[in-house]
Amino acid sequence: MTDATGDGSQSGPMLAADGTPLKKSLARALRMQKMRALMLIAPLLLFVLVTFIAPIADMLFRSVENQIVSDTIPNTTAVLEEWDGEGLPPEAAFEAAYYDIFLAAERKEHTKLGTRLNYELTGASSLFRKSGRGLDDIGEVYQDQFKDLDRDWDEAEPWAELMGDPAWLSAQAAWTKGERQPAFALRDGVSDILPKTAREYAVFARYQQTEENKSPLKEEPWTAVHTALYEDLKAGDLSGYTGPRAEMLKAADALVDSPDFETITFQAGFEDIDEDWLAPDIWRTIKLYSSSYTSGYFLNSVDMQLTPDGPEARPENERIYMLLFQRTLFMSLVITFSCILLGYPVAYILSNLPSRTANLLMILVLLPFWTSLLVRTSAWKVMLQQQGVINDVLVWLGLVADDARLAMINNQFGTIVAMTHILLPFMILPMFSVMSTIPHSYVRAAKSLGATNWTTFWRVYFPQSVPGIGAGSILVFILSIGYYITPEIVGGTTGTFISNRIAYHISSSLNWGLAAALGAILLAVVLLLYWAYDKIVGIDNVKLG
Amino acid sequence: MPDTGTSDAFVAFERVQKSYDGETLVVKDLNLTLPKGEFLTMLGPSGSGKTTCLMMLAGFETATHGEIKLDGVSINNIPPHKRGIGMVFQNYALFPHMTVAENLAFPLEVRKIGKSEREKKVKRALDMVEMGAFGGRRPAQLSGGQQQRIALARALVFEPELVLMDEPLGALDKQLREKMQFEITNLAHSLGITTVYVTHDQTEALTMSDRVAVFNDGRIQQLAPPDELYEAPQNSFVAQFIGENNTLEGVVTEVKGDVCTVKLDDGEIIEAQPVNVSKVGERTRVSIRPERVEVNKERLQEGAHTLKAKVLEFIYMGDIFRTRLSVAGNNDFVIKTRNAPDQIRLKPGEEIEIGWLPQDCRALDAP
Amino acid sequence: MKLTKTLLASTALTVAAGAVAAQDMTDSMTLVSWGGAYQRSQDEAYAKPYIAMHPEVSVSWDESSNEAVAKLRAMNEAGNITWDLVDVVAADAMRLCDEGLAMEYDPDELLAPAPDGTSASDDFGDMIVSDCFIPQIVYSTTVGYRTDLVGDTPPTDICAIFDLDAYPGKRSLEKRPINNMEWALYCDGVAKDDIYDVLETPEGQDQALAKLDTIKDSVVWWSAGADTPQLLADGEVIMGSTYNGRLFSVIEEQKQPVAMLWDMQVFDLDGWIIPTGLSDEALARVKDFVYFATDTQRLADQAKYISYGPARVSSAPLVGQHEELGIDMAPHMPTDPENASNTLLYNYEFWADYRDDIDAKFQAWLAQ
Repeated sequence: MTDATGDGSQSGPMLAADGTPLKKSLARALRMQKMRALMLIAPLLLFVLVTFIAPIADMLFRSVENQIVSDTIPNTTAVLEEWDGEGLPPEAAFEAAYYDIFLAAERKEHTKLGTRLNYELTGASSLFRKSGRGLDDIGEVYQDQFKDLDRDWDEAEPWAELMGDPAWLSAQAAWTKGERQPAFALRDGVSDILPKTAREYAVFARYQQTEENKSPLKEEPWTAVHTALYEDLKAGDLSGYTGPRAEMLKAADALVDSPDFETITFQAGFEDIDEDWLAPDIWRTIKLYSSSYTSGYFLNSVDMQLTPDGPEARPENERIYMLLFQRTLFMSLVITFSCILLGYPVAYILSNLPSRTANLLMILVLLPFWTSLLVRTSAWKVMLQQQGVINDVLVWLGLVADDARLAMINNQFGTIVAMTHILLPFMILPMFSVMSTIPHSYVRAAKSLGATNWTTFWRVYFPQSVPGIGAGSILVFILSIGYYITPEIVGGTTGTFISNRIAYHISSSLNWGLAAALGAILLAVVLLLYWAYDKIVGIDNVKLG
Repeated sequence: MPDTGTSDAFVAFERVQKSYDGETLVVKDLNLTLPKGEFLTMLGPSGSGKTTCLMMLAGFETATHGEIKLDGVSINNIPPHKRGIGMVFQNYALFPHMTVAENLAFPLEVRKIGKSEREKKVKRALDMVEMGAFGGRRPAQLSGGQQQRIALARALVFEPELVLMDEPLGALDKQLREKMQFEITNLAHSLGITTVYVTHDQTEALTMSDRVAVFNDGRIQQLAPPDELYEAPQNSFVAQFIGENNTLEGVVTEVKGDVCTVKLDDGEIIEAQPVNVSKVGERTRVSIRPERVEVNKERLQEGAHTLKAKVLEFIYMGDIFRTRLSVAGNNDFVIKTRNAPDQIRLKPGEEIEIGWLPQDCRALDAP
Repeated sequence: MKLTKTLLASTALTVAAGAVAAQDMTDSMTLVSWGGAYQRSQDEAYAKPYIAMHPEVSVSWDESSNEAVAKLRAMNEAGNITWDLVDVVAADAMRLCDEGLAMEYDPDELLAPAPDGTSASDDFGDMIVSDCFIPQIVYSTTVGYRTDLVGDTPPTDICAIFDLDAYPGKRSLEKRPINNMEWALYCDGVAKDDIYDVLETPEGQDQALAKLDTIKDSVVWWSAGADTPQLLADGEVIMGSTYNGRLFSVIEEQKQPVAMLWDMQVFDLDGWIIPTGLSDEALARVKDFVYFATDTQRLADQAKYISYGPARVSSAPLVGQHEELGIDMAPHMPTDPENASNTLLYNYEFWADYRDDIDAKFQAWLAQ
């Protein structure tokens, strides 16, 4: 001890032996401790973050994420933003969709978008698949005519000379496979005279360079570039053009202006692919789902749908999720309750037996854990089915007529029985661990104070075992709310849970967004119930062991 | 066995036996009566059967054989909650989910006593143990001593005539324990209730009780008031169990009225008071209390018997000196001397002579 | 200077070309299939002979075809494809193709021509329902019934499912709209050629569900292919739909009193897809394996072990006898003319579009 630390009469902060303020040096010492402690748990923390928190966050994110639409067809969504949703969208929308889907088809992303939109509009899937193949038909109209005029229009190099920057051209010519490609650059001024062509050619060139790793000097431009060229030549006047390939371009310009030149509107082109493009539905759907984030999945999860007029309820014959949510909650409660009813006496007996016997019996309780879930569930099938053990016994006893065997499986009853059995250990274990900490002396004290057996149990023993019931109930309830294997096997149609639909959307329909939204709602419900439980019973009253 | 007769007996054990496994008896032929208002302590080492006796009285164990009577009525078949016996448990057994007041009200509630009266009684009981301000607390918020008082108050609140206490002070520290010993005795006596108190702490037994029943091996070894128990132990177990005690083993060579001669194993011959030796030639264990041994020759009273001794260890204990000697082959012979100004302090290795009066020296059975 | 450069470049090219010709192939392959008898048939007919020819290759099987689509998508998102070749039904192949998870291929380049020289694309013909799908077998979803529980007049057409008066008792149907909706409309009087036109409309869907509603209380819904054979064997149901191979095994191998009702069997295809994103070495090995495993003889060989029809036209005449039972397999093929008098072909395009919509309605109907 130095005087400085011990002297209370001194004004100002207390100082440590080396003269630094005591608070500071305490904080430093503590920080070191904390850091060391943190280092110790860091691997676990990281593990939990990576394997637990991150997937949940990712799932929650998926339930609103909708970037696929605006990422795949950005120009179309931009044009549709101006559209009022009445009748057909303007030709500009068809044009934007043409270029967007064309590129998406090259990237093989149009079918993904089709699948996504098919969740909202039946038929979108095949519409996009067909369009990926069919859009070439539009461009080929122009490509063929240009090609007939001059074969160079279907050659890679003339196009490159027309569109590319001379410096880039020479750099690209020197490029060999394995090196980095020189980034494509448009020739100065070409964007002014041929804006669309320049844009589309640039898209094409960059696509070849980055995604195919091919030289634009070797690849003939795809038909969208020819379409763009036609659009440009129709709109602009190129008589004053003097750059490379001026002859070729001027000839093409003349061709386009001639009355024989065959043209096709984008709308007509789309109509040729599929008449559905001329129904406003697809356009409205695209417009509705063009934002990067959507409430669509969540609305879907509560049997509603997004419409141009806002959310509205789905037709009655498509409503299923609210029913399933209610059923899941209800059945989970019933299962939890039956687990309490069955588990309480067992836990009570176990906790009052000598530990040797209790351990032996505990093995019986745990035994089901060592058997595969599928085996246990299938065993219930054998027990409960109409030609099963229980029905056979009942018929044999004459309690049930042979032709009126009880339906105990493939319905709610079967699910409740099988799940109660499967989840029972989760109820018994926490109950047992709480009950075995309740000293006998409480019961004796109560009796010595004059309480009957029932009063002793109800007023003294039971309240102290509530934490065990609470812990068991939370475990069982949360487990059962997310169960899907057992309901799938024995639930039939009336005993299935919301989790079965989630599993379906994850593994079969691939509608992960909807699955995520359903999961998020389920998570929210669980948290809400947990919160309510905390408010009503108090979470301090839960003992897991 | 001493028996005060069943006529004024409030509690009576009659030939009570208890076995848990059907092979060994935990309680062997217990006969015990106690009059109303008595504070009786059952003292004994663990496993001696004292707690079993208490539990049989409370009704949590059933007697294998014999009868237990309360106020002249056999209670063997009466369930515990109908016996009306107050009980204080080792760990107090206060219900953790109830407040102190609720704990106290519990026995009244199950007796269907009206609310206002209940409150009155609870208040009176709390005041009695000086815990009036703690009614709203939970047991976990109280200190050990406070919980002990509440447990006591709860056992008394329904005014039982008999209260059982099962090592109630075991969990308290020494000072608090001494204070509570005093309070419990006071309370019991002032309320005039009959108390059966179980402990393995002999000091507690001696300071609190009207009579003490020393248990060993399923039997009462001696039932007597504390002073008699200490001064006149009936057998070597009691002598050994109560207080500190020196023993010298030998053979009885002569019995003459209330004096017998014992030849110790190393050949020394001493005189002693025969307690449960009767025949010449019988092996005996002679017991002498450490504080009855005199080392200062000048203070030796007439008729005192002297023996040679060698000092092995001297321990300074503040108020007393504790000296370990080697006497007649016994290396654990302990004497206690008061720390007086004229007292000599012995040194290890010193050869001295010690002495005592033959009437302080009791020849007991040799097990 | 220029000459040396050219020379150097050409040497480099030759070296590179040599490397491509003797391209490294990985020595291990993970094949994904359905497990059970079907996977065994593939192992016997394709994998074992291939390993016999290439002893350095090891093949491991993953029984994940059930959830292949979801797992492939997850692998793709994680950027770690651990499967080399995946067996899926055609509808899943189509979806994987749409999602960009399966590789598009050129049949004539990847697959062997028929022994008579017919190109692979002609030999497989219409079976190549997707640009990514390498067809393997034709199977059908059809109905089996308990011969001892259907009375004196065993059912001869599919509509027996809906005929509770003639055939009272439980029947098992798959817990999805596909096939059930078609059968319901067919038995409600819709002409076979019009089924999908009708099913496209909400009214048609309602009509199908209404028909199904008449037997709803008597239906046990299955979701695993093994369910119906089990239910039939236990006598839990008197008839039920499942894959024809499963019924073959119940009838011929387990000798249960079950018979097959081929009427209105729905043809479906099963085959391979190659996941996108394989390394060059892995891809080279997979291509080599696929070329071998889909040739005419191999596809015919598979029918020795399981009663599914080879997807190649040229394989059909080569189908022989069952490896263990020694019975002729041709009459047990769904494609056998005797069996195929009245059939339906799974409409991939239709279900790709309407699956989500109709499934929602179907499930809502089921849950009520």
